Amino acid sequence: MDTTHVKGKLSFRQLFKEGDLATKLSYFVMGSANFANKQFVKGLGFLALEVGFIAWLAMNGIKALSMLQTLGTKTQGWILDEELGIEIQQPGDNSMLLLLFGIAALIVIAMFLVMYVMNLKSARKIHLLKQEGKALPTLKEDLRSLLNENFHITLMTIPLLGVLMFTVLPLIYMVSIAFTSYDHNHLPPKNLFSWVGFENFGKVITGDIASTFFPVFGWTMVWAVLATATTFFFGILLALLINAKGVKGKKVWRTIFVITMAVPQFVSLLLMANMFNGAGPVNALLQNWGLISEPIPFLTDGLLAKITIIFVNMWVGIPVTMLVATGIITNLPTDQIEAAEIDGATKLQVFKNITFPQILFVMAPSLIQQFIGNINNFNVIFLLTGGQPANSNFYNAGETDLLVTWLYKLTVSAADYNLASVIGILIFVLSAVFSLIAYTRSGSYNTEGA
Amino acid sequence: MQKQKRNTAIWQHALLTVLAIVWIFPIVWIVLTSFRGEGGAFVTYFIPKDFTLENYKMLLTSNTYPFVRWFFNTLFVAICSCILSTLITIAMAYSLSRLRFRMRKPFLKVALVLNMFPGFMSMIAVYYILKAMNLTGSLLALIIVYSSGAALGFYIAKGFFDTIPMALDESAMIDGASKFEIFTKITLPLSKPIIVYTALMAFMAPWMDFIFAKIILGDNVEKYTVAIGLFTMQTKDKINEYFMAFTAGCVLIAIPITLLFIFMQKYYVEGITNGSVKG
Repeated sequence: MDTTHVKGKLSFRQLFKEGDLATKLSYFVMGSANFANKQFVKGLGFLALEVGFIAWLAMNGIKALSMLQTLGTKTQGWILDEELGIEIQQPGDNSMLLLLFGIAALIVIAMFLVMYVMNLKSARKIHLLKQEGKALPTLKEDLRSLLNENFHITLMTIPLLGVLMFTVLPLIYMVSIAFTSYDHNHLPPKNLFSWVGFENFGKVITGDIASTFFPVFGWTMVWAVLATATTFFFGILLALLINAKGVKGKKVWRTIFVITMAVPQFVSLLLMANMFNGAGPVNALLQNWGLISEPIPFLTDGLLAKITIIFVNMWVGIPVTMLVATGIITNLPTDQIEAAEIDGATKLQVFKNITFPQILFVMAPSLIQQFIGNINNFNVIFLLTGGQPANSNFYNAGETDLLVTWLYKLTVSAADYNLASVIGILIFVLSAVFSLIAYTRSGSYNTEGA
Repeated sequence: MQKQKRNTAIWQHALLTVLAIVWIFPIVWIVLTSFRGEGGAFVTYFIPKDFTLENYKMLLTSNTYPFVRWFFNTLFVAICSCILSTLITIAMAYSLSRLRFRMRKPFLKVALVLNMFPGFMSMIAVYYILKAMNLTGSLLALIIVYSSGAALGFYIAKGFFDTIPMALDESAMIDGASKFEIFTKITLPLSKPIIVYTALMAFMAPWMDFIFAKIILGDNVEKYTVAIGLFTMQTKDKINEYFMAFTAGCVLIAIPITLLFIFMQKYYVEGITNGSVKG
């Protein structure tokens, strides 16, 4: 924050004791110290913020905050209008909006507190600079610092406001939903919902939803491991094959696989869903060749669907790994491999002991990222099977549903927002554990220490 | 020895040919189907009996499925969010990689945590926030959502900036350059690969996304993007009637994106290998 170097530290309490009247006044009227020292634009900015904040608090803020506790008490209903003699609809509270506004109010207050502290810091700086007998920065200097010492403020303010509005606020909102009774029986504005504490977590982990949660969770993990491992391993093999010494037209081969990568995923996946349909071309071809007499239920049999999904995912993912691995392979030092070949090592030995470990070392962080990406891989399941085939033992989920697609169904078709939210939090915990491993083991974290 | 070498080469080429066929098969199938004259979603043969351009004509002139409109909607959203997202991503990545300020490390951790929540979790809340702003059903809402998401997707670009030697900045600083000058005159010219990569990804996202787009745009068919539009042609009751038009739409979308992708391949590879993959 400082444009001029200021020596020593001074706590805000000390500042209040030592400061002159304008400094003391800054604790109540933001920007006073700036005004007293001719930093009018800054002072005006702080003052306007405070006035605006108090006006907002009086008009909306306090109400929004007080509603946060109960999430509304007045149900929408019909009451008799004495004058008209008919029943009219009385608008009730809307728990969902009350919760959203309440959280937004909390964020506004938090932002105001940050501005308040900035105001005090500004007063402190003025105080210290005056004590040392140095000149105060002018508006021009302050603005210039935005392109130099404070360049990060210039670059990051707008993006961060976007994050606050469209990531942080929605997330706090959705996390709060996990602790409410917001399900298909409590849909505002017709019904209200209220806080229920950890009840929903209990339902998912030990209650009646557990019999869906654990199988879906299990499949999610199996899927994530298999999807990551297969695309990784076969992607590297494909890269090695294309880059092998004897292969001609390397660029052509590579382009063929890269083309499939460029086709939008929703196109290729919807296409695959049609190809593996009971009446689709794959079955048709196999039947025409006389290899099978009945169509294979690629996507309608639970186990087969899971296998098909993994194969289709290989089709989507292998070219990506191939491309990255090619970049690594062409940069690998060749002397080790040559030495091994002179010693009479077979190709398999070279791969197992030299090439593969080196690629694995380079790609390990991105591999864990891919694994997390696969836990959250919505597209493949949603477009290929939509979670089908159905399983009557599951609550709003099919055989191939991952936690994410189940979360989607719980929100969009079942309107069990609270359960969806709990699932979301559990997915988060899962990703967090793996990210933590990835992050602490990656090179970029270790060099961050500097 | 010679003979053995030739044998391996034959095997390698045979294997590659088989794999290439497997990978190309769906694409050839979709292209063939889009020219198929006979109706119905599925037929029991691979190569169509009649070739026709009717499917394309139907797609481009249909009123129930205004594909041309969707195309320009998507193009508009893609261009706007490409520009905004790239600016935002580069600004965030640069700040967090090259500048030193007190909240930098805490912010990197917070961003990591925020990224771990599944995006769908918050989509309902995002919808209501946009509704409160009276933006639902508009393309502007899509642009805002895609671009604001870019502020947390800076990790790859940051990884790239981390690889540019700090000594460059330091020597410029000794020469009296401000941080702004270092950014615009030194770092940006060196960052062409990552800028192109970011822009490419941001441009392609609106062509692919349909979940957020569907929720935000609701039933406003006029404002649909191609992804949602084509997705709605796929429902069970419509698939028999529209399947070939759907495949024609897929071909029309896939061609420009594929060309763009192949053309920019170099940047794509540099982007992911330099940014995300670090030993």
